[in-house]
Amino acid sequence: MIYFDQVTKRYGTMAALEGVTLSIAPKEFVSIVGHSGAGKTTLLKLLLAEECPTEGAVFFESMNVNDLPNSALHHYRRKIGMVFQDFRLIPNKTAYENIAFAMEAIGRNDEEIASDVPYILALVNLSDKAEHFPDQLSGGEKQRVAIGRAIINQPELIIADEPTGNLDPINTYEVVEILKKINELGTTVIIATHNKGVVDAIDKRVVTIDRGKLVRDDASGKYIL
Amino acid sequence: MFVSGGKSFARGGAVSAATVLIMTVTLGIIASLIFLSALLSFTLGTIKDKVDVSVYFVTTASEEEILAVKDQLLKLPQVESVSYTSAEDALIAFRARHSSDQLTLQALDELGSNPLDASLKVQAKNPSEYESIVNFLEASPTLSTDGASIVDRINYAQNKDVIDRISVAIGATQDIGFAVVILFAIASILIAFATVRLAIYTSKDEIAVMRLVGASNHYVQGPFIVTGIITGVISAIIVLLLLWPATWYIGLKTAIWFGGFSVASYYASNFAFVFLSVLLSGIGLGAIASILAIRKYLKA
Repeated sequence: MIYFDQVTKRYGTMAALEGVTLSIAPKEFVSIVGHSGAGKTTLLKLLLAEECPTEGAVFFESMNVNDLPNSALHHYRRKIGMVFQDFRLIPNKTAYENIAFAMEAIGRNDEEIASDVPYILALVNLSDKAEHFPDQLSGGEKQRVAIGRAIINQPELIIADEPTGNLDPINTYEVVEILKKINELGTTVIIATHNKGVVDAIDKRVVTIDRGKLVRDDASGKYIL
Repeated sequence: MFVSGGKSFARGGAVSAATVLIMTVTLGIIASLIFLSALLSFTLGTIKDKVDVSVYFVTTASEEEILAVKDQLLKLPQVESVSYTSAEDALIAFRARHSSDQLTLQALDELGSNPLDASLKVQAKNPSEYESIVNFLEASPTLSTDGASIVDRINYAQNKDVIDRISVAIGATQDIGFAVVILFAIASILIAFATVRLAIYTSKDEIAVMRLVGASNHYVQGPFIVTGIITGVISAIIVLLLLWPATWYIGLKTAIWFGGFSVASYYASNFAFVFLSVLLSGIGLGAIASILAIRKYLKA
């Protein structure tokens, strides 16, 4: 499904990623681990086509994502749901609207939105907070809205960049459980984290990156740094 | 898109208010420039109206001959108007003008006959065109009868210097006025653009999120353009409302200072033009500024 072919990314003379080759199959749950600045976020940005590799290529379903023209990027990104450490909710939209706009953005009609958004809000246990704005929600609630937004269009892949970085242990547990549930329903999940507890709780394949290089790929879920 | 843009504007709070304020100032300047142009045109028109050339005919010239010349002059594209004054009318006007000057009137009575010539007062569309009109008169065969010219004199030569100076002054004033209008318009438009850009800059994270969830450029742009248009329309309405008391107050003064030109009367009689100019400027500025400002966030 996803293939990084000898990918190197340099910013000036500094290499953020160096010669990374990585393959991820459909329905896998992969944790990308490493210290801060190891290159985890760069890896995810390359997959999202936010950045272009200096060398090598990134493939998604046999398609080189760097060959996509600007006009086709949004079609590609509709296949991916993103969850960020800082939630990235739109501050002047309610929880309902933050999830709904992801559907509006891909051209879903009002009836579909009215039917699907309450279902997703219930799934992330936020039905009673539908009309709340982000600044009226706790960190955990914001992240659940962000997950709702990421899954509303039933993407083939969920990418979560440090999704528990700003959460307390209870909310961290809830988020991990939601992501596991999404994966069980057949969606590929890639999570970048440096939280050992999260990786252990997931107990799935772990890819370790250190100073831009892929140093370990462990199918048994071991977090060793 | 419209609902989203409307909500975005309503929830924008201080940013929306600041953008409306700056846009109101911009449209206020644009409206002022419309009034300034009208005032300039009126003043220059008044000066132009005061410039004319008179053609005096010999006393033997018949009225038919003079009116034939008038018809020919009216056919010239550079001629605005031609008015005929008979020798009798000229005498009546002369007597009225010198009604308090008994010595002159007495001298006139002693002559026994009317010494004044019939004349045509020619007004050109542009003061610089008098020379060509005079050239036409001098070359015209209808101006002679039995080989003798029916024209006694044309007062162009003695007025030429003044006419030339006025032509140059009018041209220069128009050029400078146009340059000032363009300069102020550009400056105010740039300020409005910068403000809209700043407003959109505050939403750059929102735009990035929209892009990441797969929103098309059209979807991302739409609400911002609608917000820009709403800002323009609200600002235009504020300016149009404020112009009523402002033009009324200033109109009292401009009518005295500029020989009868009242900006209040101009606003009332040209409301549709000012309304459309300000409203379309507001909509155009809001929409174009939004499109240009958001473009840089849609590139990757």
